[in-house]
Amino acid sequence: MEERQITLQIDHHFVTVPEGTTILEAAQKIGIDIPTLCHIDLKGTCIRNNPASCRICVVEVEGRRNLAPACATRCTGGMVVRTSTLRVMNARKIVAELILSDHPNECLTCPKAGNCELQNLALRFNIREMPFNGGELSPRKREVTASIVRNMDKCIFCRRCESVCNEVQTVGALGAIRRGFNTTVAPAFDKMMVDSECTYCGQCVAVCPVGALTERDHTNRLVEDLADPDKVVIVQTAPAVRAAIGEEFGLPAGTLVTGKMVAALRELGFDYVFDTDFAADLTIMEEGAEMLNRLTRFLDGDRSVRLPVLTSCCPAWVNFFEHQFPDLLDIPSTARSPQQMFGSIAKTWWAEKMGIPRDRLVVVSIMPCLAKKYECDRAEFKTDGNPDVDYSISTRELARLIKRANISFTLLPDMDFDQPLGTSTGAGVIFGTTGGVMEAALRSVYEMYTGKTLKDVNFQTVRGMQGVRRATVDLDGFELKVGIAHGLGNARHLLDDIRHGRNEYHAIEIMACPGGCIGGGGQPLHHGNSAVLYARANALYREDAGKTIRKSHENPFIRTLYQEYLGKPLGEKAEHLLHTHYFNRSVQ
Amino acid sequence: MKILTIKDLDAVRSEAAKKLMLRELGERNINGDSSGLDTGTERMQVLVCGGTGCKASSSQLICDRLREKLKEKGICDRVDVITTGCFGFCEKGPVVKIIPDNTFYTQVTPDDAGDIVNDHIVSGRRVERLLYVDPKTGQSVSDSKHIDFYRKQKRVALRNCGFIDPENIEEYIARDGYSALAQCLIHRSPGEVIDEVTRSGLRGRGGGGFPTGVKWGFARKSISDEKYVVCNADEGDPGAFMDRSIMEGDPHSIVEAMAVCGYAIGSSKGLVYIRAEYPLAIHRLKTAIGQAREYGLLGDNILGSGFSFDIVIRYGAGAFVCGEETALIHSMEGKRGEPTMKPPFPAESGYLGKPTNVNNVETLANIPAILTKGAEWFSSIGTEKSKGTKVFALAGKINNVGLIEVPMGTTLREVIYDIGGGIKGGKKFKAVQTGGPSGGCLTEKHLDIPIDFDNLVAEGSMMGSGGMIVMDEDDCMVSVARFYLDFTVEESCGKCTPCRIGNKRLLETLNRITDGKGTEEDLKTLSTLGRVIKDTALCGLGQTSPNPVLSTLSHFYDEYLEHVRDHRCRAKQCKALLTYIINPTLCIGCHLCAKNCPADAIIGDVRKPHVINPDKCIKCGMCMARCRFKAISVS
Repeated sequence: MEERQITLQIDHHFVTVPEGTTILEAAQKIGIDIPTLCHIDLKGTCIRNNPASCRICVVEVEGRRNLAPACATRCTGGMVVRTSTLRVMNARKIVAELILSDHPNECLTCPKAGNCELQNLALRFNIREMPFNGGELSPRKREVTASIVRNMDKCIFCRRCESVCNEVQTVGALGAIRRGFNTTVAPAFDKMMVDSECTYCGQCVAVCPVGALTERDHTNRLVEDLADPDKVVIVQTAPAVRAAIGEEFGLPAGTLVTGKMVAALRELGFDYVFDTDFAADLTIMEEGAEMLNRLTRFLDGDRSVRLPVLTSCCPAWVNFFEHQFPDLLDIPSTARSPQQMFGSIAKTWWAEKMGIPRDRLVVVSIMPCLAKKYECDRAEFKTDGNPDVDYSISTRELARLIKRANISFTLLPDMDFDQPLGTSTGAGVIFGTTGGVMEAALRSVYEMYTGKTLKDVNFQTVRGMQGVRRATVDLDGFELKVGIAHGLGNARHLLDDIRHGRNEYHAIEIMACPGGCIGGGGQPLHHGNSAVLYARANALYREDAGKTIRKSHENPFIRTLYQEYLGKPLGEKAEHLLHTHYFNRSVQ
Repeated sequence: MKILTIKDLDAVRSEAAKKLMLRELGERNINGDSSGLDTGTERMQVLVCGGTGCKASSSQLICDRLREKLKEKGICDRVDVITTGCFGFCEKGPVVKIIPDNTFYTQVTPDDAGDIVNDHIVSGRRVERLLYVDPKTGQSVSDSKHIDFYRKQKRVALRNCGFIDPENIEEYIARDGYSALAQCLIHRSPGEVIDEVTRSGLRGRGGGGFPTGVKWGFARKSISDEKYVVCNADEGDPGAFMDRSIMEGDPHSIVEAMAVCGYAIGSSKGLVYIRAEYPLAIHRLKTAIGQAREYGLLGDNILGSGFSFDIVIRYGAGAFVCGEETALIHSMEGKRGEPTMKPPFPAESGYLGKPTNVNNVETLANIPAILTKGAEWFSSIGTEKSKGTKVFALAGKINNVGLIEVPMGTTLREVIYDIGGGIKGGKKFKAVQTGGPSGGCLTEKHLDIPIDFDNLVAEGSMMGSGGMIVMDEDDCMVSVARFYLDFTVEESCGKCTPCRIGNKRLLETLNRITDGKGTEEDLKTLSTLGRVIKDTALCGLGQTSPNPVLSTLSHFYDEYLEHVRDHRCRAKQCKALLTYIINPTLCIGCHLCAKNCPADAIIGDVRKPHVINPDKCIKCGMCMARCRFKAISVS
């Protein structure tokens, strides 16, 4: 059906838009910038919050009694809108003042300072003193979890986190509780987040416009460790970090800064700078082998094998199925995530090689993710209380630390990772975007299964940003059906199907965050601009294309590792060091 | 007994009408003669108010006692004791009415049962001490028709309240009940029904005043496999109880109207959203729904028309905001009770995303009457743009507290002075708050304005659901505004900024003023902030919440100014602004005040004048109440 076009007038400019367009969208189309706060619409993804509740975006519509929220009012033909009258200006300012009057005056020490949407509004509306002085602040909780810090005093009740947690991720950990002035967003019955079904995906943090939800910051701990001469501090960097951290230094989204990032980490004083991509290649060896194993057994008629194989590199996704699908714990691959494989190998094979005792070795990871902080802390990834990965810091934290160390990031030379844990293939790089793990697995599984060499390693059919994607790959006559889902809400659809016996796939890749790790909860804030995510994904595919080796099983150091230490994929040592098991964590 | 055809319905009606005849005669009886079994009356009926208010004053016990006494006399078979819905004259409850002579007994206690049976029912002698005494003439009035409270009323929505037994479907049928439904199902198309309702000019009685027929038309136009009819019984205004009384007194009118609405818009499912703290109304509605099903007036293929309709009850937890239709729908869906932007209107996407028509109880109660008597009859009542009648709950400093129904266009003066009997204790009228916490205060100069939707809005108030709280010279208008704002702050869902934080800041400002810490700047804040809240809030609650502040500010600015400039509250309501002083010439030094002062603020030697230490005084007023020599005054 053809969209009906309507014409309206905004601030004396005529604009023609399709029916159903909001005033905000129509204004954006002609370059009129209406301020917003609660509204977010990450086009091309499912992240959207449009409660029309903050009332910052109000505009005057001719013939209407009261002001209209531009974000939620649909255009009608002949509508006359004014976005800049005194009435509008006054209303917006007072609404912003009201929000500020219930917000602690702590900008100087707030982790969100300089990146806060409320701060920007206060500046834009020229608010020069704390309004409604002496007004009561609503009483709210604070909580520090392994991944996320909740400081609900600062919550402005935009409810972006609630929308993301419930509608996008379908986790349901956060919701509005209480009423009126005492309203807040919290787990049901005001329980603590640690007692909820929170997966620590961090998408709530990624959309929070203020400092109410932030990451648990480990930079001070890192600085202490770096300064300790008795410790050997090594670092691994996740694939998605290199495609995003440049944004924090004013570079356009999608700028690849792998070399500068390595240089910055050396500047900071890390003893060795390694790459999680190496561990991603290792993951493919194990996960791929598991996939092949299960598939072959299944095709041979073994009915005890359950399909599909689900990827398990995403810790938020692991939390999600442990909480919500405890009946399906035998379906995901048992392969640990690349972060944990790295830690495990670094603190055994590499440490032994280097003669570094475990208690002197500190393994730090740089991750686009907040769930990784929680993952490091899981008991099964510790030996005698000593974690395989000591702690994880997010892309944002690293950027802050680089700035704090006064390192001129953009002036740094490009440097290479250290060996042997710094060598990776193109397959390892694309782990950072949705579809990447599946594509990397296909590159290896194809060759292992068929014994033939792939002509083209690019599996375009699994790429893209669509929430759920499916593809069929011809493995020399056998049609392998794979699925990809990003965003836990999309994952839930697939899992519900599996639970009810409606499965059509042999293997499924799942990433908790929309876009995959490039859109992770620890990444530089996108502030509602989805072009940023697309640019980061493209950057990773560019890095992949530029690599000489693009298949995990061809990584020379991976081969060495198996020869010297692990034996073969799914072998006894590999099972012990590189695989894990899952727990029923359903909250009743 | 299943009613399968319109003929069956007629048969039930004519049979039931015989029983009701006695009461109909009583209504028409104008000579006021009393009657008794010994003076030749064959059958009698005793109507006892069974509304929540009278029940709380032991009306159930009155019924029991009456039946006991009748049994003792052996006249049970000739005299029926019938529990009805609210008579409206709550000030004088519990109310008992004797049929056929229509004698109206007020403030009856269970102990009066003996006299009523012995003197009146047996001997035909009225119990004079239980009759209403007209305060103007000092004369007792036996028939309610001649009581001022009832004289100017016109009962359409309340037509059956206090007349029929609400738990007896046949009494409802006898009063033409379910004939509107039958007529619609058999003889009229849905379009014709909507047309009739539209032509009647009926507007939503829940507060918004939107034309009901037009609303039905929207819901009819929406195409869907499923539609819903919702009765909004989430009556939440403080002091308002018209919807409760209708559901308690005439529940079948709601059931019938919902079925008619279902037929008109093409829906077979009705839901009543009612607050759980209305247990009696819930009980009566449930009984009515059960009876209607039993009689075949709800369920499949009603009266053989092929139309099916049924109703379920949903309970609300009493949140004021759930009276807003989108919030109500979310609450019914099990979601947080908070409003969302309109459009989409419920008529397009409502309960479970399906087209939904939401009407208030009083609106629905008018529907059967409109369809039976015709749109022209209904539109002949009222003003040009507000047709029909409106039920008001009179409360506050008024003599006749209760429930009344008057034609639109009646003036406030008629309501307050003629029906309401004027101000309590002969004090001076100061203001009346209409529309509950969403409305505004109207003053002396508004008394002669004909009450209708548009006039009230034009004066900065609103009709609301019909609460009417009268204030006298002892009421402080700043405190009144604060009271209402306290309510809206408590009841805000917290979704939008202006309502969540704005109202809180308004309240804090008002608190400052009544605490004597306000400034003239604060008055400016009230006005600017109030206007912005009205202009920017998301739903009806927020958009109207500053009305009590803005209207008192505009009508009683002097009083506000006195509070902030002179730190004076002329109504002596704002404690912080009061000073208690002991007049040394009157004080004999009995020390009683000092002994009773909880704050040890009074000092003085025995037999010498005492003094109050203002720094310690908490202004509780205890000293003044205890002083036997009128030596303590407040200023």
